[in-house]
Amino acid sequence: MLLVFEQLLNGLQLGVTLFLLSAGLTLIFGIMQVINLAHGSFYMIGAYVAATVTAYTGSFLLGLAVALPVTALIGMLVEMSMLRRLYHKEHVDQVLATFGLIMFFNELTRIIWGRQPLFMDVPAWLSGSIELIPGIPYPTYRLAVIGVGLLVALFLYLMFAYTRIGMQIRAGASNREMAAALGINIKRLYTLVFGLGTLLAGLAGVMAGPILAVEAGMGESILILTFVVIVIGGIGSVRGAFVGALLVGMVDTLGRAFLPLFFRLVFPAATADGAAASIASMLIYLLMAAILIWRPRGLLPAHS
Amino acid sequence: MKKIFLALFCIVIIIPATAWSLDPVKIGMVTTLSTKAGYLGEEVRDGFRLALAQGGGKLGGIPVELVVEDDGADPGKARQIADRFIKRDKVKIMTGIIFSNVAIAVVPRVVSSDVIYISPNAGPSLLAGKGCDPNYFNVAYQNDNLDEVVGQYVNEAGFTNVYLLAPNYPAGKDHIAGFKRYYQGQIAGEVYTKLDQSDYAAEIATMRAGNPDALFFFLPGGMGINFLKQFDQSGLNRTIPVFGPAFSFDERLLQAVGSAALGVKNGSQWTHDLDNPANRQFVAAFRETYGRTPTLYASQGYDAARLIASALKSVNGDVAQLTALRTALRAADFESVRGNFTFSSNQHPIQNLYIREVVQDEAGIFTNKTLKAVFTEHSNAYVGECAMGE
Repeated sequence: MLLVFEQLLNGLQLGVTLFLLSAGLTLIFGIMQVINLAHGSFYMIGAYVAATVTAYTGSFLLGLAVALPVTALIGMLVEMSMLRRLYHKEHVDQVLATFGLIMFFNELTRIIWGRQPLFMDVPAWLSGSIELIPGIPYPTYRLAVIGVGLLVALFLYLMFAYTRIGMQIRAGASNREMAAALGINIKRLYTLVFGLGTLLAGLAGVMAGPILAVEAGMGESILILTFVVIVIGGIGSVRGAFVGALLVGMVDTLGRAFLPLFFRLVFPAATADGAAASIASMLIYLLMAAILIWRPRGLLPAHS
Repeated sequence: MKKIFLALFCIVIIIPATAWSLDPVKIGMVTTLSTKAGYLGEEVRDGFRLALAQGGGKLGGIPVELVVEDDGADPGKARQIADRFIKRDKVKIMTGIIFSNVAIAVVPRVVSSDVIYISPNAGPSLLAGKGCDPNYFNVAYQNDNLDEVVGQYVNEAGFTNVYLLAPNYPAGKDHIAGFKRYYQGQIAGEVYTKLDQSDYAAEIATMRAGNPDALFFFLPGGMGINFLKQFDQSGLNRTIPVFGPAFSFDERLLQAVGSAALGVKNGSQWTHDLDNPANRQFVAAFRETYGRTPTLYASQGYDAARLIASALKSVNGDVAQLTALRTALRAADFESVRGNFTFSSNQHPIQNLYIREVVQDEAGIFTNKTLKAVFTEHSNAYVGECAMGE
């Protein structure tokens, strides 16, 4: 029973990490109608910058403080120099261009930092573990990740619901021309939205740095999961991304944790381990297929 | 006057390069330089190049031209490169492949075209057993070797309830099988994860519940970094000792893992602290040239070059004499950085296998320290399956 609770916590933590990444992606798609395959690259940039600054200064917070604006700035530069030319083109052109960006950024990190993965440790004040329930120590840093993710969700909700900029973003998303006619500077708004999206990706990267390997191409392994999340949640919807991320995190974690046990009840051990591993890695895709059959536009579509 | 110049110019282009100098022997290196695993190919290449540079651009006194191409860990791409080496460049000796799945796709085509292939890393069981070939040599190890030595050591150390973890793909299962070949105790759990998985929280929680007395894992590259960091953060590393083959504990990867890997015991055929003259010379030269400590992959690249050097010297650079070249290679008449080195009948190394421990040196660098040789002159389990076997 304790194990179930611990695995639920693990699922929540994975879900929150996925939310940080998918919120930015779905925001950019929902408002700008751009499929940004290079989103994972901004995640990687966030992690690399934070790891480097942390290594030099010894301060995780300083790493975070430098990485966020740097990622957002690079994102805005990319938007102004490249994506801006692609808004009126087809999705295929955007996919090709942003796919090119992935290769560009991967090679760039290899040139700047070399081929070997970087080191980034958990800050001392977040290391160790807390016993939420007696007998089950849970890493403090993972709790911090959950906290940061929930704060970001709250921040995005408040921004969209109550602030002027949030209102402008919503207006720009539902009718670009009308919003422009009302005096909203759409160009600047898009740059800001893209910057915000990449900033969130960078934040996800910084938070992942102490848990994962900081290496070139680290964004791609998580990008696929992120796309699954926004398809399940409804493309363009931040609320959908939140629900989708938690769902994917839970299903993936619980599948990996408990499928082998269930399979062992039915099959001999050797078959069970192999089969459970295969099914567990398919589980979220099965979930996505099932949800798309039930609700073809995702759980909480953006413009319904 | 113009015409004369034109004629001279034509003659100059027509004359083949041989007119001026002895044609260098071309060696084709297909290796992985991009993707996350790119540093592995870089190590092999740098080790090989060091041997070449020490010979002044010659191996065994024969001028050599090394052509390096990146396969991006992609079997299809590696095959194209190999075809180009064989058909266009007329290469007679090839080396470099890092990954076993790439080797299985490429090596059979190479060796059937009468080209020698010398593996500096990948050692899949298929190429050691049924798929062995007189033109295929492995100068590194048979894949199972580094797990066998850990299995034996875990026995000797008295562990009886070990938890096993590996990615769900053929090499993952091979490595677990290698461990089980020598380990005799009970298995507390056997878990296969998704290839390229990054989060291991679920597996770690399940492992804690399984209450094993030790953990054996094979998670190469970034997967190993992810796992070790998370295992350390869970606090389990203070109660469950960790074992594994050297692939998650090379000197470059360790810098990215940091203190999370301290104390882990791992199996390898080589470490930079092995005390023999060839090795002392190699490690010092490598550090001086590249400014870093060589990993086992670099040592394998270096040994591959020196093995080729010994054979080229023996046939005096005439790579067209395939039989003589093979015989010379089989003799392994070179000073390996591993000390004693001979080939088994399926042309894989017979060598010592060591257990080493991850430590932090005086300069604060994470590295490996050799503890003991668990196997001396160890061969591999597939000799009997190979038709070349005695």
